[in-house]
Amino acid sequence: MSALGIAAAVRSGERSAVEVVEEYLDRIETLDAELNAFNLVMADEARRVAAAVDERIAAGDDPGPLAGVPVALKDNMCTRGIATTCSSKILEGWEPPYDATVVERLAAAGAVAVGKTNLDEFAMGSSTENSAFGPTRNPLDIERVPGGSSGGSAAAVAADLAPISLGSDTGGSIRQPAAFCGVVGMKPTYGAVSRYGLIAFGSSLDQIGPFSTSVADSAAVLEVIGGHDPLDSTSIDAPAFDLRSVLDRGVDGMRIGILRELSGGPGSVDGIAPDVQACTTAAAEALEAAGARVQDVSVPSATLGLSAYYLVAPAEASSNLSRFDGVRYGLRADAPTTGAMMTATRTAGFGPEVKRRIMLGTYALSAGYYDAFYGKALKVRTLMLAEFASAYEQVDLLLTPTAPTTAFRLGERTDDPMTMYVNDVCTIPSNLTGHPAISVPFGVGDDAMPVGIQLLGPALSESTIYRAAAVLEASAPDSAGKEGR
Amino acid sequence: MSGLHDSALPDEWELVVGLEVHVELATQTKLFCGCANEFSTEPNTNVCPTCLGLPGSLPVMNETAVEFAMRLGRALGCEIHPSVMARKNYFYPDMAKDFQTTQYDQPTSRDGELVLADGTVVGIERAHIEEDAGKTTHVGGGGRINDAQYSLVDYNRAGVPLVEIVSRPDIRTVDHAKAYVSELRDILLAIEVSDAKMEEGSMRVDANVSVRPAGSDELRTRCELKNINSIRSLGRAIEYEARRHVDLYESGEAPRQETRHWDEDGGRSTAGRSKEDADDYRYFQEPDLVPLTPSADHIAEIDDAMPMLPAARRARLGALSSVADDVLVTVVERGQDQLALGAIEAGADPDRVLTRIQNDLAVEDWSAVNAETLATVLQMESSGELSATQAKQVLADMAAGLHGGDPKAIAASHGFEAMASDALDALVDELIADHPDEWARFTAGDDSDRKKMQGFFTGQIMKASKGQADGRAVAELLSRKST
Repeated sequence: MSALGIAAAVRSGERSAVEVVEEYLDRIETLDAELNAFNLVMADEARRVAAAVDERIAAGDDPGPLAGVPVALKDNMCTRGIATTCSSKILEGWEPPYDATVVERLAAAGAVAVGKTNLDEFAMGSSTENSAFGPTRNPLDIERVPGGSSGGSAAAVAADLAPISLGSDTGGSIRQPAAFCGVVGMKPTYGAVSRYGLIAFGSSLDQIGPFSTSVADSAAVLEVIGGHDPLDSTSIDAPAFDLRSVLDRGVDGMRIGILRELSGGPGSVDGIAPDVQACTTAAAEALEAAGARVQDVSVPSATLGLSAYYLVAPAEASSNLSRFDGVRYGLRADAPTTGAMMTATRTAGFGPEVKRRIMLGTYALSAGYYDAFYGKALKVRTLMLAEFASAYEQVDLLLTPTAPTTAFRLGERTDDPMTMYVNDVCTIPSNLTGHPAISVPFGVGDDAMPVGIQLLGPALSESTIYRAAAVLEASAPDSAGKEGR
Repeated sequence: MSGLHDSALPDEWELVVGLEVHVELATQTKLFCGCANEFSTEPNTNVCPTCLGLPGSLPVMNETAVEFAMRLGRALGCEIHPSVMARKNYFYPDMAKDFQTTQYDQPTSRDGELVLADGTVVGIERAHIEEDAGKTTHVGGGGRINDAQYSLVDYNRAGVPLVEIVSRPDIRTVDHAKAYVSELRDILLAIEVSDAKMEEGSMRVDANVSVRPAGSDELRTRCELKNINSIRSLGRAIEYEARRHVDLYESGEAPRQETRHWDEDGGRSTAGRSKEDADDYRYFQEPDLVPLTPSADHIAEIDDAMPMLPAARRARLGALSSVADDVLVTVVERGQDQLALGAIEAGADPDRVLTRIQNDLAVEDWSAVNAETLATVLQMESSGELSATQAKQVLADMAAGLHGGDPKAIAASHGFEAMASDALDALVDELIADHPDEWARFTAGDDSDRKKMQGFFTGQIMKASKGQADGRAVAELLSRKST
């Protein structure tokens, strides 16, 4: 059942929130041993919150638009008094003394947090294999990865262990796992959703967004979690989103551009698989059939995104992750002096991918290298912003596949970081520009695994994106994802 | 110009000093969170997720701190620029995030100057906003992080707003270095952005010291002196360090560029970290904060609201009087210039007003004295109604608030009444008659004798008149009778 369906049933008294949460806790209990989508199931807490929702309904109150809807939270979002690990050993034993803004807003809307989901350690990865707690498996084929880094949140929704979940997206970490698991994943405009309480990876790129099985649910969650937050200085001071009311407006007359460099045809980067390319073409045709004017649009700098990203994100991460030094919280390794303790803690606490990115970022920011690496990456960002701005003078939205391939097999790419990194080629540009983008399932690949189509728009174009996403959703061929549920 | 002051460097050497002053801003709350900006004795009680750098926390800029920083920039004649915060990355337990949020290549204030009381101009390179660190205590081993057995950290001070004011290396004497800090402190107090107490650490001075052959304009290797806790200590530290450099050069060696720790008790500096193997701070723009872009209107508002600064206040008094600069400095520093202006306005002699304030109102609380009562007591002194000694006493009682601060009532309570001039004349004649030898030495002796005997007769007269004789009248009488 959709999140909105559950909320309607709970608000009308047709179902109780406790009954709903018990059903989901049962499913988690049954299915998650194999999937490993959750780092922590908040069973007692969820039952308590659900009971409170029911009490409010009994008292005639409205608990909010997500009344009684179970939600899974990526385990890099702070939850008061509940372990928050980033799937890293280094945060062992730490319980935040505060809730992230998104956690507070979901609770205020009546949602019931059921657990913390697995991720690539500190959100660094594209397969959820870089977790200190073992990989999460793709519910559609447990030999395959769910994507990453929000693989736990994507798998949880795909397996209906929660109707909705939250992820964070620094270079595609919501959209790519959504594509791999056959669900809807949205990365909003940078600053549209508060980052307060999100444990930072790349601060200028990170953005929280929802996973859901439908475009409407996605819009509903974004309406709840979006909006200005004085605790996040990069939060945009704009009116709250009104998204659900526009979902049925269609795309008649909308101008949509196929982003040539990322879509597999002539002039595209290499590596876009033919089956993925075929779905992309089919998606464009479906939009055209619904009245959109589709054209080919070139954004040459889009192909530079990957290189720029792998300088900017690790650079910011190298600084953001400095604080994990054993002094104040989390793991503390034993060593004879304070200085040695800090080194030993970081050596023992971080996994190999995190160490790799800290080293990359440290190097990129070093004296004598800044201009050649970090400085140049910032110039690429500026160039991309200019080129995307001119593309959005020609079209309202751009379209690409979300990822170059369907979900790959566990272990297939762990030996070579570069083959893992190129997975993000289509999703990274939106993070570098701060623009919104959504991944909607559309068709399947030759392996019967779902393909995700990405719609990109300029800053704060969420309502346009959701209109087009709703059309894609309605015209999508039956997918493996849908059959699997 | 060369050397320091009294205990000068050899003439062939010149001192070159630049100062970096950290000032704690007197805001209600810390720079990036709502914690109170106040001194707390119990460790780690004045903290929150943000100033503890907990995972997921974010900074929010304190607008008052930015306002104060811009006011300070304008008071130092700086241009206010659009600015960004940056991260200075280094591992140390007192930095909760293991980076300091500061400003790097785009500071708020640039290119100003500070004019010392004697007119010397010291360039200001920049004044930038940054957060303070916590306090670390390393226990065991050598007392440093890499050999201590354990370390204690108190984050109460973490996130307190600071402005760092960086001077150009324009300072050539120890006295100018001291005057710079003292002038800066007076400005900070006048514009009410800091309590600027060196002893309590709300104003911290680091000195970059080097020497060079007199007359050259090269900049030689400098050492940065830290742990200077008073203006006096600043003078000692610079002198010591300059002398050390000269000694090294003269023995064919050279100083190394390094940070040195001033040991006030030992009267010497000791080597700290060498700048050659200093950390690479990997500065980059703080992505969690947005750029600061003050409008021209905002800067104009700051200028309009700027109070009169110490230099202008000194100049205003100086134009009305002929006292030495140091008197003006003291009176303005103590915030007694309005009192002085009022008394002068009310008709008191300007020089007498300023010297009396400097000498006789050097007290913590002088609020019971106002311009009218001050003018009255000084006029009583000028007219001979009160002797100098009596005027001092009356002023002291006024400051203490006795008799409602009324000078006439105070004088009456002491029975002060200046001796009539004929009575004084008679008394002087009597004493001359009683001391013929001394009088002969006064009239016929050399300068030294004359001086001694003037003292002798003045003392005798004061004693006989119980202090009621006016010193100046006595001097005039003695002088007249001796010719």
